[in-house]
Amino acid sequence: MPFDPVILWTDALIYLFVLMILIGMRYVRRHPHLLASWKRVGHSASGMSSLTVLLFFLLIGFLDTIHFRPALESTNAQSEPIYSVDVLSVLDILVTPLRIQVEKTYSAPLATHLYAKETIELPDGQQMRTFARLQYGGAHLQHLETEHTTDIWVRSLRGAGYGFAVWCLLLIALTAGLSKQDECSFKQSFGSIWQRTSEIPWYAILITLLVLLLLVGCVSALIGYYHILGTDKVGQDVLYQSLKSIRVALVIGTLTTLIMLPFALLLGIMAGYFRGWIDDVIQYVYTTLNSIPGVLLIAAAVLMMQVYIETHPDIFDTTAARADLRLLFLCIILGITSWTGLCRLLRGEAMKLRELEYIQAAHAFGVSHWRIITRHILPNVMHLVLIAIVMDFSSLVLAEAVLSYVGVGVDPSMISFGTMINAARLEMAREPMVWWALLAAFIFMLALVLSANLFANAVQHALDPRARTLRHSNRLKHRPHQSGKNTLPAITETNTVAKTNHHT
Amino acid sequence: MNTLVEIDQLKTVLHATDEPIRAVDGLSLKISSGETFALLGESGCGKSMTALSIMRLLPDVGEIISGQIRIKGVDLLQLPEFAMRSIRGKRISMIFQEPMLSLNPVMTIAEQIHEVLTQHGRLSHSAAQQRIVELLEQVGIPDAEHRMHEYPFQFSGGMKQRAMIAIALAGEPELLIADEPTTALDVTIQAQVLDLLRQIQQRNHMAILLITHDLGVVAEMAQQVGVMYAGEIVEMANREDFFNHPAHPYTQQLFASLPEKHKRNHALAVIQGAVPSLAQTFAGCRFADRCQQAMAVCHENIPQWHSIADDHQVRCHLYDSKNQHAERSAVINDSVVFGALDKNADIEPITTVSPLLRVIDLKVHFPIRKGLFKSIFGHVHAVDGVSLQISSGKTLALVGESGCGKTTIGKSILQLIQPTAGSILFKNQELVSLSRSQLQKIRSQFQIIFQDPFSSLNPRMRIRETLLEGMNALRVSPLSDTHNEQEIDTLLQRVGLPIEVKWRFPHEFSGGQRQRIAIARALAVNPELLICDEPTSALDVSVQAQILNLLKSLQDNLGIAFLFITHNIAVVEYLADEVAVMYLGRVVEQGQVDEIMDTPKHPYTQALLSSVPKIKQDRVSPLIRLKGDLPSPAAPPFGCHFHPRCPRAMPICRETYPATSTFSNTHTTHCFLYSQES
Repeated sequence: MPFDPVILWTDALIYLFVLMILIGMRYVRRHPHLLASWKRVGHSASGMSSLTVLLFFLLIGFLDTIHFRPALESTNAQSEPIYSVDVLSVLDILVTPLRIQVEKTYSAPLATHLYAKETIELPDGQQMRTFARLQYGGAHLQHLETEHTTDIWVRSLRGAGYGFAVWCLLLIALTAGLSKQDECSFKQSFGSIWQRTSEIPWYAILITLLVLLLLVGCVSALIGYYHILGTDKVGQDVLYQSLKSIRVALVIGTLTTLIMLPFALLLGIMAGYFRGWIDDVIQYVYTTLNSIPGVLLIAAAVLMMQVYIETHPDIFDTTAARADLRLLFLCIILGITSWTGLCRLLRGEAMKLRELEYIQAAHAFGVSHWRIITRHILPNVMHLVLIAIVMDFSSLVLAEAVLSYVGVGVDPSMISFGTMINAARLEMAREPMVWWALLAAFIFMLALVLSANLFANAVQHALDPRARTLRHSNRLKHRPHQSGKNTLPAITETNTVAKTNHHT
Repeated sequence: MNTLVEIDQLKTVLHATDEPIRAVDGLSLKISSGETFALLGESGCGKSMTALSIMRLLPDVGEIISGQIRIKGVDLLQLPEFAMRSIRGKRISMIFQEPMLSLNPVMTIAEQIHEVLTQHGRLSHSAAQQRIVELLEQVGIPDAEHRMHEYPFQFSGGMKQRAMIAIALAGEPELLIADEPTTALDVTIQAQVLDLLRQIQQRNHMAILLITHDLGVVAEMAQQVGVMYAGEIVEMANREDFFNHPAHPYTQQLFASLPEKHKRNHALAVIQGAVPSLAQTFAGCRFADRCQQAMAVCHENIPQWHSIADDHQVRCHLYDSKNQHAERSAVINDSVVFGALDKNADIEPITTVSPLLRVIDLKVHFPIRKGLFKSIFGHVHAVDGVSLQISSGKTLALVGESGCGKTTIGKSILQLIQPTAGSILFKNQELVSLSRSQLQKIRSQFQIIFQDPFSSLNPRMRIRETLLEGMNALRVSPLSDTHNEQEIDTLLQRVGLPIEVKWRFPHEFSGGQRQRIAIARALAVNPELLICDEPTSALDVSVQAQILNLLKSLQDNLGIAFLFITHNIAVVEYLADEVAVMYLGRVVEQGQVDEIMDTPKHPYTQALLSSVPKIKQDRVSPLIRLKGDLPSPAAPPFGCHFHPRCPRAMPICRETYPATSTFSNTHTTHCFLYSQES
């Protein structure tokens, strides 16, 4: 076999997560009323275009999850294949040039020379202090001054052209599929897409997809020849680092939430619903946990883990496995410390809901406590949960950066937005400043968190039966004297979600 | 007459949905100084939008598209915003429905009045303070000098509304807009506030635009009445003409749907359908679809104003001289409007079978906890020794002001609140101290309907699931799905809803429809006793009539007993067989409905009954206005709880609580005015 599949701990959890989502989708498909409300998610233009971006990120993250160890070329054909100690992912293979084209040190985006002067020995034996040519970036160029810009333009336009061609193919396939489904002519369904009369806002998806494909086209045409986002201190491509960071961010964002959610939901609702001594116990637990500085707790736990890892080197066969276990442990400890906020929020909400008359009516029917919690309280706090999860997602990615700064974050060998931002601390203080690593981390994180926020917002809107009548108010933009303000809570929640984007 | 305010062809639209909603559509009216103009109508007909248009305080989605609002000849709609600011509070003031929400909780009353004074005049500090005291005394706040520095939470509901009126009066306005000023208040407090408004109007010669849905309040307050329907005024008259000869079919049907004593054994007349959506353009009369006297012309032409008397105009084709029907319908009266007479009077003799439910000396005390260790500091005596009994198929009305413990009794009968002492016997089975599983077996026999139709249904559950919940929870052996579906269909039909609604969510229904669903949910488990906790107080008059009819027919057909908790005396007269009057956790008077309504014995009952605004001014008993508010149930007054407010209090009332006085088999009271038993 040319490779040896590796399933790391986080990989397994991600597969489990994907499986859960697939089962959930199957369940929804079988229940028409659930399907109907989820279909409404598909009617929101912003929701669908952010979903497109999000899917793109998820795809990258998923490709980066399929790990394996490639076989080394063995001298003896008969013997057992020997596998490399490096664990690679499918993404690594797809972007091989990015991975292996490593320069000496910093270079600016699309540059042909290093960013710092260094002493080089000329062929005639003289020494000269100058900006050295890059080993890979622009190495194919003969006449630098004349060719550099033109070459970049030609290649990126060609790449964009390919991207556009792929997009056109997709458009034709989609239109053909739609016309077959709706049993109308090709022209009609094409018209309905662009006149925005189709039920699903295909135009929004297509425009987002066009932008994405043009970018991907440009990037893939350039990656073999240039470092599009420059290189870092050890000459590694920043674009590669950013792509690898996506998985870490997604893992921290989702796994931590999954660990935190049962605590927050169960304890918060129980405290608010039962009151009495249960409430007291839960309150004492979370106030105590809250008053211990989170960073200290996490540092202590992570350092303990580190000691364990270092004293038991034999249980890890690769460095990747070690780094991965540390990441998982970080998720768990972050999850255990971060449920208190949501728990408190849910306790308050449950206290409010338990006095409402429909819950009193359920009591009068003798409905069991568990059923009241799951049927009456849980669905009515889900909007809070959804918002909290999305808000936490961005703050968790940032928490990872802070912890990496303190030295208790992810393993140093693992690339993450946190380690990138952490490195940028020194780079920004340098003269001349190295700005591209931070910018790359910023752009990728912004795109990821923003699309997650917008999508969560669309989901929340679609699933709230009360908010449905309000969706019309978005179409009133053309009226100058009113800004579509509405007093209903669904809209104000939108604003809170939108505000979180500024934090990133 | 000197006209103060003149509104001409006012049109206000709301851009809240795709189609603009014409909330006010061509409204014209005139108000003279010193006059009260009542704008009457059901919810959603544009009354409040009219008020906000006059103040130019419309919500962001609102827009006045045409018309004129002139106050002494100045057109308010032409003024720039800064000029408008000097009009608001100075020439036009407004008081709102909910006094709890319209005062700022972090500012003292004095500061809030001072705010208005500095806006409209340059008074020195001491002069301003003096003026504040003056204003508060004017609205009848005792000890104004000290109480002005208190915060709104230290004021009771009635006091807050008085403070609100004082703020509105601070700028000495020429026009006071009162938007449902007493809807959130109890009848005895409502009587005080209405009295106050009348006094102030006489003293200041101020005009009042009174917005209300309560015909009783109109009868007590107004000189001129305008009936609003679907964004326009359909009838305008002075009070006498309005109440003696209501002309518009809508007005007539509104009167017919009021619950009254003499309608006891009839179904109430119901206005079919609902108020039309204001987003559409109307080709004919807006009421035509619901009108019982609609003619072909009503659907085709928009009716114009027709004068019936000097001061009485109506917008209806019936009064068009071209239409020959005019003569016939002008003399229409209640009996003709009653299309729905269905049953004859069948007053049964008082049965002596053992009662369905007996409540004996029930006490519910809530501990007040204070301090670090939450030690018990005192008790709120929410219910303090109440005994009641209900026979099957009968209705017992529990009457009293808010905070007197009515709802607590209802909930403790259902064991939603654990009683402190006393016993509740349902079919001679003790309910208090039953375990959860024992209680589960008999839960299906008593159920509850709540006041607020909006919070009584889970917004995330479809109607079908809401109805199934109780059936599943209380049925010992689960039945097949098809049987359940049939059951749901029958239930929905029984409460008068189409069966398709079971697939929908509660927010798609109006208040009346939601209340029907709540009733269907309670009926799903076939109860024998239904506790109705103010089921109609959040509903409009015409919808209230529908719900009352429904409840009555359920009682006739299924023999359900009702414990009807309410503060609405008219509903009691219409529906109840027996009445128990509560004051501060205790029943002060109890008896058959006729005994209580015709010969009330306890001074509180007498005051309560006389405080109810009456439409027909045929009052024989003198008006009794109670002073002050309901005392706190945490520290009930010593002796008879009612003595601090009682007009006939005696020294003995301050010492001990009176024992029972019996007048007949059924009629008892607790008062020292009558001979005491043992």
